[in-house]
Amino acid sequence: MANDLKKFYMNDKIIVPVISVITSLFIAAIVMIMIGKNPFIAYGALIYGAFGTKGALINNLMKATPLILTGLSVGVGFRAGLFNIGANGQLIIGAILSTYVGTKMIAYPFYLSIPIMIVTGMLGGALWASIAGWLKAARGAHEVITTIMLNYVAIFIANYVVNGPFQAPGGVPKSPKIAYSARFPNLITSGATWLSAGIFVALAAVVVVYILIEKTKTGYEIKAVGFNPYAAEYGGISIGRNTVMAMAISGALAGLAGTMQVMGLYYRYLGALGGSMGFDGITIALIGQNNPIGIAFAAFLISSIRAGSNQMQIAGVSKNIVIIIQGIIIFLVATNRLVKTLMFWKRKEVEEA
Amino acid sequence: MNAWIQAIISVFANPIFYKSTLNQSTPLILAALGGVYSETTGVVNIALEGIMLIGAFGGVVGSYFTGNPWYGLALGILLGVAMAALHAWATIRYAGDQIISGTALILLAQGITGFSLVELFGKPGSTDLVRSIPLVNLGSFENVPFFGRIFSSLSPLVYIAFASVAFSWFLIYKTRLGLRMRSVGNNPEAADTLGVNVYNIRYFGVLMSGVFASLGGAFLSIGELGQFTENMSNGRGFIALAAMIIGNWSPTGAMWAAILFGAASAFNDQLQSQGILHLATNTQYLFGMIPYIITLIVVGGLVGRSRAPSADGIPYIKD
Repeated sequence: MANDLKKFYMNDKIIVPVISVITSLFIAAIVMIMIGKNPFIAYGALIYGAFGTKGALINNLMKATPLILTGLSVGVGFRAGLFNIGANGQLIIGAILSTYVGTKMIAYPFYLSIPIMIVTGMLGGALWASIAGWLKAARGAHEVITTIMLNYVAIFIANYVVNGPFQAPGGVPKSPKIAYSARFPNLITSGATWLSAGIFVALAAVVVVYILIEKTKTGYEIKAVGFNPYAAEYGGISIGRNTVMAMAISGALAGLAGTMQVMGLYYRYLGALGGSMGFDGITIALIGQNNPIGIAFAAFLISSIRAGSNQMQIAGVSKNIVIIIQGIIIFLVATNRLVKTLMFWKRKEVEEA
Repeated sequence: MNAWIQAIISVFANPIFYKSTLNQSTPLILAALGGVYSETTGVVNIALEGIMLIGAFGGVVGSYFTGNPWYGLALGILLGVAMAALHAWATIRYAGDQIISGTALILLAQGITGFSLVELFGKPGSTDLVRSIPLVNLGSFENVPFFGRIFSSLSPLVYIAFASVAFSWFLIYKTRLGLRMRSVGNNPEAADTLGVNVYNIRYFGVLMSGVFASLGGAFLSIGELGQFTENMSNGRGFIALAAMIIGNWSPTGAMWAAILFGAASAFNDQLQSQGILHLATNTQYLFGMIPYIITLIVVGGLVGRSRAPSADGIPYIKD
């Protein structure tokens, strides 16, 4: 019986997100029927827009690059029992700092400027997230509130600098461009879209985070604090130190996501660079069940939906439906998880009886 | 330096600053009250942001189709309560994670309003102009110098917001229901033992948060202008959450914190438009971040200390 239960729970990690995704797509299809659109045509357009052409697939992978990283960012937080809703702010701070450094890299060769950019972006995100980590560890302030507030502070800082001290002339508020040596090479180009080497950085991060969480002492301690902080502390693991550590790692990954957008896509800081990637990271971490490999697949799922949504819009279904789909997925994961837990208890009761 | 002092004095001497403070505080007060109801009973509701948004949208849609902004207000509240009911159902009935459910509802509200906007009005971005709730005319009082200009032509929702604070304070601190709400939020096991239905009280708290947050949202859309624009709550739900925390989870405290945030925002606007100092336009961003920094300082307990209800955020599972 105990073995069966364990198997059931293990499967859960896959069943819950899969059912959530399918159900949300089904509900969205009903919405489409209600407005008189054919969901098969709409989803067909979505698939075509995500995978149908070489350009579509490149665009899709370019979108996946930062999403893998924000997904990992939120996922690492979850493993430590922290809800990092502030990936967006950490991404912005990382992007703006690395952009600044990138503009100073004109005299440097690429093998120096690229690592310097990456490290700066990660440090920026890590420091920004550490504020929330410290406020939680030392002052008991809930990270949800502090990271939301830090998001807004980051947005205002970014708006301030690209509208003044760090502004490039003309058009929308934006920074100057970074040096050529600090830009990622393009792997493939198709028309106006290209795939940058940033995708390799994102995939490397998947591996590094997997090793960090599953194979190192730091990872073990972070998980222990997330699983049961009091037991962990009893076992000699510092809650405070690991809270700050987990937030810093989470923030570094978000900062890296922003840096990828700068190094591989925009070559500068743009006002809208953050977009909805922080919230997307939450969706992705929940679908991927905080497992780095699961997160990589979930990020590709979300990037495909996002990339395909433009084509779907042309087919007559507003791309806002994508946000509805994401909302439903998260809602189902929130409730489903506990529905399963309740089932688990019921079985236990049966067992005890 | 002298010019700064002159500029600041000119802002404070201008009745428009106080009027603007009232208008900017109103949605924050209402949404923060919503947060107080929910969290007093022990359910964290970060979906305030989404509930405000759907309340704003419902207000415009109702007014558009009936021509009566009060029906719009009713529809806004109805949609807000429906959204709060989803949160209640997920977090109370299924003991779901309150933050995750709240996040889902914020996204749902953004998606639903953005989607319906295109479907109903045929274009993204913003709706047509609709009739807004008529402003209150105070008659001859409006001729009183200074104060007349502050209170002339305010939305009735401004008065409703302050009345709601008094009503909520009375309900939460002076009635049996309020006592039950507080006991459920602080020690649900004890309340349960004493025969209080923890689930029902929590449902009440969360649904009331839907009423007030959507009222605050409706103020944004049909309080003055009579239009909905995409994502028009624009973080106010989160600011309201911060006001509730700084206000120590009490209706009056939340009101004062909301007024402080409203005043900070009004001050920022007026400072940009006064004619003494010629500020670079990007200084608005420097001033704009102040409320968020204040919140960080306060939740960090660096100044004063705010205390949440003990069982806030913890699902109650009856054995």
